[in-house]
Amino acid sequence: MSPEVISTPVVDTVKVPDRARSRAQAARRRKLVVNAARAVLLVAVLGLWETLSRAGAIDPFNFSMPSQIWDQITTWVMHGTAQGSLGEQIWYTLQEALFGWLIGVVAGVIFGIALGRIAFLADVLGPYVKVLNSIPRIVLAPIFVIWFGLGSASKIASAVVLVFFPVFFNAFQGAREVDRNLVANARILGASDRRVTLQVVIPSATSWIFTSLHVSFGFALIGAIVGEYIGATKGIGLLVAQSQGTFNAAGVYAAMVILAVVALVAEGLLTFAEHRIFRWKPANSDS
Amino acid sequence: MSADTSPAIELRGASKTFRTPSGGLHTAVRDLDLTVRRGEFVAVVGPTGCGKSTTLTLVSGLEEPTAGEVLVAGEPVAGVGDKVGFVFQQDATFPWRTVLSNVMAGPRFRGVPKAEAKEKAREWLARVGLAAFEDRYPHQLSGGQRKRVALAATFVNDPEILLMDEPFSALDVQTRALMSDELLELWEGTGSSVVFVTHDLEESIALADRVVVMTAGPATVKQVFDIDLPRPRKVESVRLEPRFIEIYREIWESLGEEVRITRERGAAHVA
Repeated sequence: MSPEVISTPVVDTVKVPDRARSRAQAARRRKLVVNAARAVLLVAVLGLWETLSRAGAIDPFNFSMPSQIWDQITTWVMHGTAQGSLGEQIWYTLQEALFGWLIGVVAGVIFGIALGRIAFLADVLGPYVKVLNSIPRIVLAPIFVIWFGLGSASKIASAVVLVFFPVFFNAFQGAREVDRNLVANARILGASDRRVTLQVVIPSATSWIFTSLHVSFGFALIGAIVGEYIGATKGIGLLVAQSQGTFNAAGVYAAMVILAVVALVAEGLLTFAEHRIFRWKPANSDS
Repeated sequence: MSADTSPAIELRGASKTFRTPSGGLHTAVRDLDLTVRRGEFVAVVGPTGCGKSTTLTLVSGLEEPTAGEVLVAGEPVAGVGDKVGFVFQQDATFPWRTVLSNVMAGPRFRGVPKAEAKEKAREWLARVGLAAFEDRYPHQLSGGQRKRVALAATFVNDPEILLMDEPFSALDVQTRALMSDELLELWEGTGSSVVFVTHDLEESIALADRVVVMTAGPATVKQVFDIDLPRPRKVESVRLEPRFIEIYREIWESLGEEVRITRERGAAHVA
């Protein structure tokens, strides 16, 4: 072993970090190019939209233009909207979405795990769950406004019905697909049924559940927005509805931009939480 | 007969029939009689897929026999008891728990206080040579290391009866011999009875006091051989001894026929 090490040419030991450095450089350069291309694409699309709109090739009344949308956002930020400050509207919508999401997720996980673990429940409730799932649940939003009024309760309710099903089905599937060996092993080691559920089934179902959490937060936002759109006193959905009512296309687009930012931030937070929880998973199993 | 003098495990005319997904009946074990004495190491060999594993699940209480009786320490098995440890063929470590937490799982499930469980777990991790790995997650370990975690997690419960279902079959040959030696070392201190299922005849002779040859499925006991090789044994060296080879030849005469039957059936299925 040692003679080999000694006889290793000096050039080699220099070459290796050299190659590593050039590889790192290439990777950096590629990242830069990708980011630059993204920026160029964005500027091109916005620029094209702006010039076509200004030239009158597309109707600015219907399609607005980026500069008007930007003006609208700054107006909302600086002077507030017709029903209060912009922050208040965002917070209102976010709160409804968050409550609806939490309730939907908790209910979905509990029902999913329960039906996944208890075959009798699954057999009895299975067909009903399927029927409920096949209803286009967004049409319930107007009904919830009638039931719960213009306040936040009706929006939370429509967020809940949208969130519940994807979370439920994933939790159910996750509970069903638990490795039988792990369950057998836990039972041999002395785990009671309750322990098996809490310490084997739920941890192994979490990756299934998390998959649905990403999608379902988007659904919660949709539920809240649609609820607000139909009838509300505050919120981004109301901004959309009012802008539409006053033929303010820029307002509609501005509200959409704000929503997109909110959804992206929420998604980022969720990914961060996921990385913390799944430290036990081998790296690059997803992504 | 008092509980102390009764054999560790007794199967009396045990049978197990499963319903297959297509609605037919599959008999995995038929009319099985087997007695394992206290502190005895019994290896069960048989052709692949003959129903050896089912025998273990019957003893463990994970499955109930369709007919016959299964007694552990003189008492009929009703559900999973606290006397039994089981090492599975596949990985059964909990991937979301660290190594230490995996080994602590058994005592914690059985209501041992946390500090005591941790102490016992550390002790067993040291014995399997993984003391430095207690904070790792299973995916960060090699297959052999994960098996060691499984052994520690089983031994930490002080099982009177140790059931092993081809525990080392997924390991490479060198690791396998090493693990067999370690298993013998761990077991020799405990006085527990072992039933070790394998399809590897060499492994079974090197480890066991008695080797039970099973018939081609449905499994039942064909013949039992006493292994009179002295202990302590080293797996790598014992297999070179003339007596070992003699025993091997003797048992293979019995086992080989069953393997041939299984193979012919397989061929008939393919055809």
